[in-house]
Amino acid sequence: MATTTKTRPQAPARRSSERSAVSGGLKRFVFHLVLIIAGLVMIYPLLWMLSASFKPLDEIFSDPGLIPSTWEWSNYSEGWNALPHPFEKYIFNSMILVAGSIVGNLVSCSMAAYAFARLRFPMRGMLFAVMLGTIMLPIHVVIIPQYILFNNLGWVDTFWPLIVPKLLATDAFFVFLMVQFIRGLPRELDEAASIDGCGYWGTYLRIIMPLCMPALATTAIFTFIWTWNDFYSQLIYLRDVDLQTVPLALRLFMDSTGTTNWGALFAMSIVALGPIFGFFLAGQRYLVRGIATTGIK
Amino acid sequence: MSDNDVAVVRSKPRSSGAPPGPPAGAPAPRPERARRGIGNTIRSRERWAALSFMSPWLIGLLAITVGPMVASFYLSFTDYSLGYGEWVGMENYQRMFDDPRLAQSVKVTAIYTFVSVPLQLGAALLLAIVLDRGLRGMSFYRSIFYLPSLLGASVAIAIMWRQVFGTEGLVNQLLALFGIQGEGWVSHPDYALGTLILLHVWTFGSPMIIFLAGLRQIPTMYYEAAKVDGAGVMRRFVSVTLPLLTPIIFFNLVLQIINSFQSFTQAFIVSSGKGGPADSTLFLTLYLYDQGFTQFNMGYASAIAWLLLAIIAIFTALNFLMSKFWVFYGDND
Repeated sequence: MATTTKTRPQAPARRSSERSAVSGGLKRFVFHLVLIIAGLVMIYPLLWMLSASFKPLDEIFSDPGLIPSTWEWSNYSEGWNALPHPFEKYIFNSMILVAGSIVGNLVSCSMAAYAFARLRFPMRGMLFAVMLGTIMLPIHVVIIPQYILFNNLGWVDTFWPLIVPKLLATDAFFVFLMVQFIRGLPRELDEAASIDGCGYWGTYLRIIMPLCMPALATTAIFTFIWTWNDFYSQLIYLRDVDLQTVPLALRLFMDSTGTTNWGALFAMSIVALGPIFGFFLAGQRYLVRGIATTGIK
Repeated sequence: MSDNDVAVVRSKPRSSGAPPGPPAGAPAPRPERARRGIGNTIRSRERWAALSFMSPWLIGLLAITVGPMVASFYLSFTDYSLGYGEWVGMENYQRMFDDPRLAQSVKVTAIYTFVSVPLQLGAALLLAIVLDRGLRGMSFYRSIFYLPSLLGASVAIAIMWRQVFGTEGLVNQLLALFGIQGEGWVSHPDYALGTLILLHVWTFGSPMIIFLAGLRQIPTMYYEAAKVDGAGVMRRFVSVTLPLLTPIIFFNLVLQIINSFQSFTQAFIVSSGKGGPADSTLFLTLYLYDQGFTQFNMGYASAIAWLLLAIIAIFTALNFLMSKFWVFYGDND
């Protein structure tokens, strides 16, 4: 870590003229070494959990290494069937929520974003400020009345309380993301469309949405990850064991049998992390752009 | 930016609707009125379109956000508990002062936030500066450091943490290699919160990416000028990089403080939902959940929610006030 103080905090222009190639090479080597060690420390627990999901139980508690002595594939089959339902049931439930949330966010947030970015209407500035404010509003402040509301509607122990808010663009973060994106599109396109007889809906559907694909992809990926990971609202609204999702199943697993069967619990944790890791590999570009342009994870 | 936008938009119909110099001829007024009429219908069509595009969001704002917020404020003055409740005035707020568990939860949340956020941002800044040097394989390292913050919020990671810092967990196995007998970190009241802080620090990847984006914005000419003036590496960092990065540091600080006051999942999983051992990981959010959704004291839980909101608002406001003294915005931006 001490090496970092010696760095030149400057990105592109690097001139190795003053230094000899040898010392530059050495320095670079040290840098890579430090980064690799730091990176390993960061992801070692993940790698270890992956390997532990294949280890026999006693080895989980005794071997900090990464290679199981015997490969216990049974951890996965045991974990898959350890709960009242086989694990695919929980994956299926999570997928329903994810699909509903993605559709809801894509449609409702892009509609509101188009209006904020392109249309003139009274109180636009104020509503925009309110929208930004709701991004920062803690869910804890509204969760109790929301629960009472959904309870009165008979929606507790259904998926509605988790999907309907997405259809109503309550993830204002994505509205903001898309407003920023649409503002970057040339307005001449809208005008050309309007001259050609395109109405507002036509412009939205045929001009703006196709050009918004990167922002829509970012929205879809983030919605996937957030919904898949979300624990708090699912914990509150889904108590029925038939409706439980992957995070709830893991929690149930841990509190009931997990402490005696860590191998199987780790196996299901790996299953739960799999899709996020997949999106991380496939959609990293969009994730990084989403964070860098709006600054919210 | 948005102001400009509005100005540009507004100036258009005005200039077309009212031509600058009234022509000398008689027929001038008529077309003008006609044109204004068309402008009005266009504008009202646009308003109706805006309303229809906005309607899902507006309904959501009223029914899911603002309505519940008002209701929550009202509930905090009642003893509501699923179905019935009476106005009790300030009782819920008075009760807070003789509630040792509430005091404990405020303390735990405050320690968690004020220890983990600076450490997390420090790590993020350090790695961002190192990665910004444009080393080969930079995007690979960036991915490695970013991965934990993507996974960090999930239950699976909290489960992993519980085992890693357990009595016979990974950390103690590694310590044993050096002959050190470790504690059961997550089950010891003195260390349990520390493991959660570490988990938060571990997810420094997303602020790191924001820092990286900020570093990109700093023009190289500043460094060249500083170099010409004989500034060394440290000097350039302190006098060029840091001041120009302060808006980004400030942004990350505000955001992370707001986020970490609301942390829930990790503490809930690591302590099996109880905030233990000995309430040492009883976050305010956990206590709120306990009061609202296990004991169904929803009135009191609403008061706790408003306490949380007040705390977050106060610290965010303080943050903005203090920013005048250390955040540097370029003079001619």
